[in-house]
Amino acid sequence: MNIMGVLQKLALESGFAAFFTTDGGWKNLVMIIIAFVLLYLGIVKKFEPLLLCGIAFGCLLSNLSYFIGMGSNALYHPELWEAFLDSTSPYYHSYGHIMSNCGLLDFFYIGVKAGIYPSLIFMGVGAMTDFGPLLANPKSLLLGAAAQLGVFVAFFGAVLLGFTGPQAASIGIIGGADGPTAIYLTTKLAPELLGPIAIAAYSYMALIPLIQPPIMKLMTTDKMRKVKMVQSREVSKTEKIIFPIVVATFVILLLPSTAPLIGCLMLGNLFRECGVTDRLSDTAQNALMNIVTIFLATSVGATMVAQNFLNFSTIKIIILGLIAFSISTVGGLIGGIIMYKTSGGTINPLIGSAGVSAVPMAARVSQDVGRKYNKSNYLLMHAMGPNVAGVIGSAIAAGFLLSVFG
Amino acid sequence: MNDLINISIPTASGYALLGYCVVFFGLVLLMCVLLVMGKIMTSKKAVPAAEKAAAEAEPTPAVKADPAPGTAGEFKLYNTEPRDAAMVMAIVADTLGKPINELRFISIREVTENEV
Repeated sequence: MNIMGVLQKLALESGFAAFFTTDGGWKNLVMIIIAFVLLYLGIVKKFEPLLLCGIAFGCLLSNLSYFIGMGSNALYHPELWEAFLDSTSPYYHSYGHIMSNCGLLDFFYIGVKAGIYPSLIFMGVGAMTDFGPLLANPKSLLLGAAAQLGVFVAFFGAVLLGFTGPQAASIGIIGGADGPTAIYLTTKLAPELLGPIAIAAYSYMALIPLIQPPIMKLMTTDKMRKVKMVQSREVSKTEKIIFPIVVATFVILLLPSTAPLIGCLMLGNLFRECGVTDRLSDTAQNALMNIVTIFLATSVGATMVAQNFLNFSTIKIIILGLIAFSISTVGGLIGGIIMYKTSGGTINPLIGSAGVSAVPMAARVSQDVGRKYNKSNYLLMHAMGPNVAGVIGSAIAAGFLLSVFG
Repeated sequence: MNDLINISIPTASGYALLGYCVVFFGLVLLMCVLLVMGKIMTSKKAVPAAEKAAAEAEPTPAVKADPAPGTAGEFKLYNTEPRDAAMVMAIVADTLGKPINELRFISIREVTENEV
């Protein structure tokens, strides 16, 4: 028995040695540090912790277990997915090849790749969302549309910076401020950018209370910010039940590529409102949502392997994401200012910034900023209208980009 | 397809503009649908309300009926949740030592910090 030989083999096969012996092993070390930082932001700073903790730990696991040329113990294998996407490979679109060679996180990632998790998350979001404020004031939809400006500006900016059309479309959708939509579109159009795009989307969503207020202050006057809005009309139960059926029928017929997202969003909302599926609504809101969040977050984090993440494109995506978010806020506020002018000053333009999806964080920011300038102002329910309109708007924007570049 | 992968700047600007217009078009159409739906629903609600008003206008017996036990009648809430209002009414009744159905509340309004 060659004890020294066995010990030497164990030492050389260890991840510690791989940091220094494998090609680009030091990059794994950098990614592990990034994972620690993300864990810190999620746990201590509470930046979207339900997602960021999973993403960070997925990143940690994949970079601890995968080193180039040492993939036998890896939880995630980027080369399997490269072959899956390569039309010249014999394993092109072969889930069988993935299943027979995969690690645990590859297995989770199948749900992302097939677009299952984002759609199920949308079902949970639908079950949790009250569309009453939107029904009480359908003009809110205009603000949800206006706030998609950042999607298309960032798309254009990404093309200017040298990204391909599908990559630019995936980067642009960060401006929709809707994580599941960004993940859904990116897995369809530019899966190689999934890690940085998901990180940018969720980080900026968490930073909305820091990003939006200075822009809101810059674009509106003191008089505008003090406008007190009248209470919206009461919405009947029947309207709330008909709404998801009408929206699903109408939007999917208009843009069939939105079917998975809008279909699941409205199915979840129907469960919530119809009054006869309380158990399903409860499951979609809680158990299903939590289970899917675990799988989605860890598998998205797993795609952050060193050789895919540590490059100049990631920095460009992070910058473009911030631009997309800011321009979307500007777009929503411009819409709000136009509505303020046309309504004779009865609409507070601050609700426009809530059009950037990110439910309910963006609506809360509108409420907080409005209350800062007028203590008796309650904008939350008024801002929820554009906020949920933004969810539909970003799904339509994603549907458009998917139908063009998919 | 290659044109879309290596997309030129004029083509990208065209798609960006078109995409924004499509989002607006979709949501404006949806807004119209919801406005029509809202009109139908509110008009349906208005019909029973009109019928109720007509019924109330009919001659009533000379003897006035007692108010329903426990009712507080109609009153207005300003920036106050119904739950908070119920608590306020209960506290007032308790402080005055009178049953709540013998008190008449006209309105409840939140007093803001500036007004205190």
